Amino acid sequence: MEIVEILLTASFWVAAVRIATPLIFGTLGELICERAGVLNLGIEGIFTMGALVGWMAVFQGADLWTGVILAALVGMLFGLLHGLLTVPLGLSQHVTGIGITLLATSLAYFTYRMVLPDSDSPPRIEAFQPLPIPLLSEIPVIGPAFFAQTPLTYLAFLSIAVVAYVLYRTPLGLALRTVGENPAAVEAQGIDVYRLRIGAVMVGSGFMAVGGAFLTMSAFNAFFFEMVAGRGWICIALVVFASWRPAKALLGALLFGAFDAFQVRLQQQAGAGLPYQLFLMMPYLLSILALIVMSRRAAYPKALLVPYRKGER
Amino acid sequence: MSNITPTPVLRLQGITKRFGDLVANDAIDLELASGEVLALLGENGAGKTTLMNILFGHYTADEGQIEVADSEGRLQPLPPGNPAAALAAGIGMVHQHFTLADNLSAFDNLVLGTEPLWRPWQKLGGAHARLERLMADSGLTVDLSARIADLSVGERQRVEILKALYRGARILILDEPTAVLTPQETDRLFETLRRLAAGGLAVVFISHKLHEVLAISQRVTVLRGGKVVASLPTAGTDRAQLAETMVGRAIPQTVREALPPGPAILRLHGVSVPAEAGRTPLRNAELTLHRHEILGIAGVSGNGQAALSNLISGLARHEDGEVELFGQLLRDANPSRMVRLGVGRIPEDRHHDGVVGEMAVWETVMLEEYYRAPYQRFGFLQRAAARQRAEAVIRNYEVKCSGTEAVTKLLSGGNMQKLILGRVLDREPSLILANQPTRGLDVGAVTYVHRELLAARQRGAAILLISEDLDELLTLSDRIAVLYRGRLSASLPTEEVTIRQLGLMMAGHEGEAGHAA
Repeated sequence: MEIVEILLTASFWVAAVRIATPLIFGTLGELICERAGVLNLGIEGIFTMGALVGWMAVFQGADLWTGVILAALVGMLFGLLHGLLTVPLGLSQHVTGIGITLLATSLAYFTYRMVLPDSDSPPRIEAFQPLPIPLLSEIPVIGPAFFAQTPLTYLAFLSIAVVAYVLYRTPLGLALRTVGENPAAVEAQGIDVYRLRIGAVMVGSGFMAVGGAFLTMSAFNAFFFEMVAGRGWICIALVVFASWRPAKALLGALLFGAFDAFQVRLQQQAGAGLPYQLFLMMPYLLSILALIVMSRRAAYPKALLVPYRKGER
Repeated sequence: MSNITPTPVLRLQGITKRFGDLVANDAIDLELASGEVLALLGENGAGKTTLMNILFGHYTADEGQIEVADSEGRLQPLPPGNPAAALAAGIGMVHQHFTLADNLSAFDNLVLGTEPLWRPWQKLGGAHARLERLMADSGLTVDLSARIADLSVGERQRVEILKALYRGARILILDEPTAVLTPQETDRLFETLRRLAAGGLAVVFISHKLHEVLAISQRVTVLRGGKVVASLPTAGTDRAQLAETMVGRAIPQTVREALPPGPAILRLHGVSVPAEAGRTPLRNAELTLHRHEILGIAGVSGNGQAALSNLISGLARHEDGEVELFGQLLRDANPSRMVRLGVGRIPEDRHHDGVVGEMAVWETVMLEEYYRAPYQRFGFLQRAAARQRAEAVIRNYEVKCSGTEAVTKLLSGGNMQKLILGRVLDREPSLILANQPTRGLDVGAVTYVHRELLAARQRGAAILLISEDLDELLTLSDRIAVLYRGRLSASLPTEEVTIRQLGLMMAGHEGEAGHAA
């Protein structure tokens, strides 16, 4: 059958991993924030900002990695803002996060229009190129998917391992897992809850921004409006799907990537018979189903959304 | 007792802390020696917890200073407002609400904060061995690999104490440590504390339970209204004197007069109530409750009390067996029907289930009666009548508040409970469900609640009293039954049970005093 054929083509898997890459960054970033007890709904805006900054830096002549680093730094700046508002000031994490998304998105569009007041077709940049890893990339089907991608995809895989290591194998990770569960326990051990949480939100936001930068620097090679297209919101769901574990975040992102790559190919095969919107909907529908199956018993970090006030218990 | 010569390890001088107009701590002096157990006694709001939060650096004192002995025994000033410095100085604190992360193992909770935060790997090679040795020495044993969520409350407390000891605490502060323990667990805690004190540890034991203070401490410091009102050796004092010092006036003894039970009002026969999410169901319960009678239900909370109390208040329905109320079989119960039938309910969590915090006092009083004349006419609330009623409740039940328009959540715990009591008892219900009616109240308010419940019994009400406080159960109840894992024991006349026996039954030993060591 045609469906099976799709699953056996290398190009399908290459696309799946490519689609998954920004989701891996975003999900990891959100996961770090939520493990610390802070929901970061600024993710959609931080994605947009990261996409703009990375692209803009290269467009203005910086080299690619400088662009990635700048994007991460700007992401961290928005993380700092979100952290300051929600942690010491204890504002509603929902409202603040949506505020950050609106602010960052509008600021990105505004900046873009300031720099390019009247360009119809978005200018492209010389983006990251695929970097096949010798031997490994020659494995049939899987090889091109995992070992012939751009450097940012490799960075995403590396990040999963690093975040998992930090979370489960270092004193910092232990403190982070505790602060999202019971901040008083962290305070009682003489560790500053505020700094830990703000730090986590900043690092998490940095990851989100790199996810955004991937879109302009590795996928579309240009910046245009509405390009993030809800990827940030998908990451919020993926964190729940992953039960706040990095390895399962990878699985979730790949699954969504596969759904998306699959629907594009189905669209091409089905021709004019069905409205294409039906296919566009498919990955989201399947994600919701997967979410229902996987996260019925999701154990949220207990202190998620709960502001901590020193000395109050 | 101890072969270590006591040396001063802690000195507080002139500690004053104000919150706005309220002086929570007023020039408090305190001294503690190694190997000593000092009890800090006082009612709610006397300033005990504030003082300890200052000592541990959660708050900064407005005036005064703290000195802690260094490793060579010299007293050094402690930098204020810095938990890390307090820890480093050897102060360990076991909070009333545990500071543990439920989803992590006991081991992870114990080693949190013992390593530099930025070290890129964990070096915990010796930690297991050190903890094993510490557990053997102190008698505090827990399964290190177990998740906190799977441990009993007593075990969690052991983890908390171990945490302090593992950090090298020389001063251990325990804030109301027995509030959540069974009598046996309390005994075990006291043994541990005695052993630790004999080894040179200085212990501050915060409590408002007099018999515990008398049992464990060598010295008692009594706080009242933020001031030290007495500091005396435990050996030379007694319960009555301590109570009077703590409250500031003599406390009348509550006495239950013998009354012959009247006709049965409530009968449960083979009743099972399904559990809410994460709670214990009630299984196959048998119970009879008569007029002029108080039936006490003992048990550690979480053993089916919620299911039983929800059944009586109409929040849950039974799926098996028969519930006979006022001689009729109960079907399709719901809360408002139970109220109309004449059931008075004093809920366990007064803030959450008893009142709507944002509402005015008169509205709170009306919550169970708004539908009746004269408070409702043609679908309109009759404010004048409602206010009159609220005024009567405030007057008759000694509720201290600024008036019927006062916001309910601003009332103190005791006054809020009096308001609920007034709302319920003023209607003279025939069956009263009192679920933890005195939890968190100070001695004065407790005495008041007890007196009112006994007066209702005198009047002819049947009272189902669910409590974790064994003293309260023994004082008020005619008969006592024990709930353990959803099973209700047969009731025993209060005169025939002992605290020890109840404690064993609460821990799951079938009503046998014979097992008591």
